Amino acid sequence: MSRPERYAEPSGANRPLIAMMRRDLLLMMRSPGAWLNPLAFFALVITLFPVGISPAASVLSTLAPGLLWVAALLATLLSLEGMFRDDAEDGSLEQLLLAPQPLPLLVLARVAVHWVSTGLPLALMAPVLGIMLALPSGSYPMLMASLALGSAALSLIGAIGAALTIGVARGGILLSLLVLPLYVPVLIFGSGAVQAAIGGTPVAPHLALLGALLALALALAPWATAAALRISLNA
Amino acid sequence: MMWAFLHKLASPQGFYALSARLSPWCWGLAACLIGGGMIWGLGFAPADYQQGNSFRIIYVHVPAALLAQSIYVAMALAGLVFLVWRVKLADMAATAMAPLGAGMTFLALFSGAVWGVPTWGTWWQWDARLTSMLILLFLYIGVLALRGALGTRQSAARAASVLTLVGVINIPIIKYSVEWWYTLHQPATFSVTSRPAMPAEMWLPLLVMVLGFYCLFLAVTLTRTRHEILRREASRRWVQALTGEGP
Repeated sequence: MSRPERYAEPSGANRPLIAMMRRDLLLMMRSPGAWLNPLAFFALVITLFPVGISPAASVLSTLAPGLLWVAALLATLLSLEGMFRDDAEDGSLEQLLLAPQPLPLLVLARVAVHWVSTGLPLALMAPVLGIMLALPSGSYPMLMASLALGSAALSLIGAIGAALTIGVARGGILLSLLVLPLYVPVLIFGSGAVQAAIGGTPVAPHLALLGALLALALALAPWATAAALRISLNA
Repeated sequence: MMWAFLHKLASPQGFYALSARLSPWCWGLAACLIGGGMIWGLGFAPADYQQGNSFRIIYVHVPAALLAQSIYVAMALAGLVFLVWRVKLADMAATAMAPLGAGMTFLALFSGAVWGVPTWGTWWQWDARLTSMLILLFLYIGVLALRGALGTRQSAARAASVLTLVGVINIPIIKYSVEWWYTLHQPATFSVTSRPAMPAEMWLPLLVMVLGFYCLFLAVTLTRTRHEILRREASRRWVQALTGEGP
């Protein structure tokens, strides 16, 4: 009797998914470091550039799009390690792997929460740092849009690296080695969009290509991440 | 018949026996082709009317760059075979290829930098090809680092295979995005491709060198895979019978 009951409820198929996202969001709210630290890191790195290069607005404004994008990318990178680590340590990741829901879907839920807690806040904070770097006006909406779009792709690609390095002690540097080369196209089109907005050239191609990268990552990365999780945990 | 042969080939023991017969030929052929190509290209091919003798770096640079890309694709194919059919030999071959691929990528970058001094007047130019080659080197380093970190664990082989496959999907994306970035950011002042078409006495030695480098790749892969087989199968009876050790 229990089997038909389990399959008789089609509307309940995504209920565990929602429950998991709610749990992840709750955990995120209760440990503010998880989403505040990348923001602090982002601001700190941006502070280093005027100190290290030049405080002159003329110099900073030409560098600003690239600097903001690189700093946001590094902040995302640092937050990747925590994506699966806590769950791997307390064993709840094994439960996810055993769950009847398809693992790529659960991975997608986890990545979505990661983006909400990292990519989205970074995109919202970027304009403030843009002002400090004398980013030319008119490019602020594009900065936020490109970061919001691009950081979703960064979270998806980064999840593969995070899943592959779960079992590695002090895997942070290894994770950056694996993931950073894959981030290059996102960086190119992301900072390209901001530069196009400053230069007055069409931004649509850049955003379209960012969207294409996101779509490709959305289609492939959850499966690769799921495979990597199974590999890392079977060891 | 065909399947029996493939099964024999895919078993470490069968491959070990077959490669013992093949690898001397590969080494010999590689030595002849590279030696002959070197002498022909460095000694007898005419000097370039623009670049003089410095163009002769092409005889190392182009084969190394071709191999650098081919080896990554070969690694990805081996990784796919390993993940899908669980052929252990495929992973042994991928392990054997990775350092050579990284070395060839470095050689291509280094010979390009040396070539850049007489032609461009600089060691490094953020040219689209140089940049994507540099990223390829980082992809190789990533695969090597992951294997190194996971060591002899069972998961190392599968994790490295997944990473290589992710990398091979990204290589064309990186290549084209970098090319696009380059055309947007930098004027195409110098281009390796805009050289006039080479006469036959220049590109024939190049062809010989390319073939020689591929033979070298085959030879190195066969030999290193043999070593990898011995290392991983050291506790098997046939290896112990071979080495005269064991119980």
